[in-house]
Amino acid sequence: MSNATRRIVIAKPGLDGHDRGAKVVAMALRDAGFQVIYLGRRKTPAQIVQAAVQEDADYIGLSILSGSHVPLTEKLFEQLRANNASDIKVLVGGTIPEQDIGTLLNLGVSKVFPTGATMAEIVEFIDNN
Amino acid sequence: MKEPVEMGLQKEKWLKQAEATSGTPVENKKTLSGLDSPPLATPDDAQQDYADKIGFPGSPPFTRGVYPTMYLGRPWTMRQYAGFASADETNARFKYLLDQGQSGLSVAFDLPTQTGYDSDDEEAEVEVGRLGVTVDSLQDMEKLFDGIPLDKISTSFTINATAAVILAMYIALGEKQGIAPEKLRGTVQNDILKEYVARGTYIFPPAPSMRLVTDIIEYCATGVPKFNTISISGYHMREAGCSAVNEVAFTLGNALAYVDSVLERGIAVDSFASRLSFFFATNNDLFEEIAKYRAARRIWANLMKDRYGATDPKSLLLRFHSQTSGSSVTAEQPLNNISRITIQALAAVLGGCQSLHTCSYDEAFTIPTEESARIALRTQQIIAYESGVTNTIDPLGGSYYVENLTDQMEARVLEKLDSIEQNGGMVKMIEQGSIQKEITSEAYEHEKKIENGNRVLVGHNKFRLENEHTNVELHKHDLKHVEKCKQGLKKLRESRDSERVAASLSSLGEAAAGKENLMPFFIDAVKSYATIGEITGTLKKVFGEFRDDTIL
Repeated sequence: MSNATRRIVIAKPGLDGHDRGAKVVAMALRDAGFQVIYLGRRKTPAQIVQAAVQEDADYIGLSILSGSHVPLTEKLFEQLRANNASDIKVLVGGTIPEQDIGTLLNLGVSKVFPTGATMAEIVEFIDNN
Repeated sequence: MKEPVEMGLQKEKWLKQAEATSGTPVENKKTLSGLDSPPLATPDDAQQDYADKIGFPGSPPFTRGVYPTMYLGRPWTMRQYAGFASADETNARFKYLLDQGQSGLSVAFDLPTQTGYDSDDEEAEVEVGRLGVTVDSLQDMEKLFDGIPLDKISTSFTINATAAVILAMYIALGEKQGIAPEKLRGTVQNDILKEYVARGTYIFPPAPSMRLVTDIIEYCATGVPKFNTISISGYHMREAGCSAVNEVAFTLGNALAYVDSVLERGIAVDSFASRLSFFFATNNDLFEEIAKYRAARRIWANLMKDRYGATDPKSLLLRFHSQTSGSSVTAEQPLNNISRITIQALAAVLGGCQSLHTCSYDEAFTIPTEESARIALRTQQIIAYESGVTNTIDPLGGSYYVENLTDQMEARVLEKLDSIEQNGGMVKMIEQGSIQKEITSEAYEHEKKIENGNRVLVGHNKFRLENEHTNVELHKHDLKHVEKCKQGLKKLRESRDSERVAASLSSLGEAAAGKENLMPFFIDAVKSYATIGEITGTLKKVFGEFRDDTIL
């Protein structure tokens, strides 16, 4: 599949407003040729899944810096299942401590990009998956 | 003017020698924000009229500092931002800090409190108590300050969209303690414009939000005269990616919008300007940051004097809090961040800050543990008590290099402020999303420079360790906290006078639809133990809600 046909929803769930990372990653993915749907801040997991289904997205990218990454990701997967959309792959970025990466992968997250991950790594991962 | 010509010739000679010695051209470098950095600054790079441009500390244009003695008498206020989940725990921590001789408290609220949700709101549940203390009603504020006489302390509240509600609670609490509002000291951040741009805890659209900000400034001018009514913040815009030049320009641009909004109500500038305060980020470029603060003071003093005709010297002071840059710390080799934070803290001090928060080295992973928070505080104490930098005021004043950067910074900020004005001012540009767009594009360019190695980040894109694992100790979040909050709310709703709550909320709603100052209505509502969610909900019906732009 070429990049131009891959669709990625980028969103910030919860109440955390720090959107620098989400926007920078969205721009990097767009420049790499992906179709990026940027939903912005303060979106509920239900709103994010709804948008991803409507947009026929291949990926959802969540950016979370508030420490609530585990419960928010859990809620997102509940919504994916409720909407029969479990084929959409989920990526999580933000201030994610190493100890929590396993927990997120067990929930079904395809890949976690904690602080320090580069734009190149994110683009490369989606390119190869 | 014989001297500059001679200086020029001598400098030319030096340059030729230097190039001959090194065999390569001596190039002009750039500061982090793109100011020209002369390879060797000489007197011709810093030729100002001393009285007009530099002057004495405590006198216009305040380039060398806002107070005549600065740190000679006592150092800056070391104000570390903190808040635990529950009001009781935070209260215990506050008492400990006060026992240790600290006189200023700084309250971190959780995100639901900042965005106007009660703890039992489904929207907010997972965030309750994570990043700070939960305040649902006056009852929580009573617990938070239990046994702490409000006339003996100053309290800084990082609160914006719900600032009026929190301030109303503080006033009501003072009343319960028998302390008149005239005696209350502290700060509410109350800077909503930068929330749309960067920090994100907005609730209402810009126009009604500006009204709430202005209501606080107007009410406090006579009612709570010792309170800093706003902390106009560049910090979050800088952290979102903008340069130091834009940080100052956007912040002062927002400040002008607030001042204009108060003046529109026919209030005299000298009756409120001295209670405006500022908040900036200090990043890694040591001399640029020092120059930034020196220039910002000069620009603000001149703006207040020339543009608004302020005559009270206190109206001209750019008093600021600084925090080291949370976005500059790396996840790799996290202890290296202690060195970065030290450089940044030193820059803030040499720049003349009034108070300072130093970040913790584990900031890239989690909120600080007790140990990492203590190291952050110790960093400030080492600068204050061991380094000797407090022995003289503005030690870099007169440095050819720093004066040159200060002048460049001033010129660039004034240019940017002009362009903001020509584009309709900050409020309009924020509504259009153009400020946000500019900051995002600066952030993206910065990131690209790091990824292609044009900007070195030690431990991240240079001097990396192979197979590094960073298992830092994590702050533990108490999952029972949200349940306790929910139970507390349930009890409160059962025990309070519900008719009085309904009446106070209904008066608030009616007043919001009109033009009155809403502060007395907030005070009445919080005294009835209406919750922050109920008060915000009442206003949402009148003001509507702001939806995030999704402009990249």
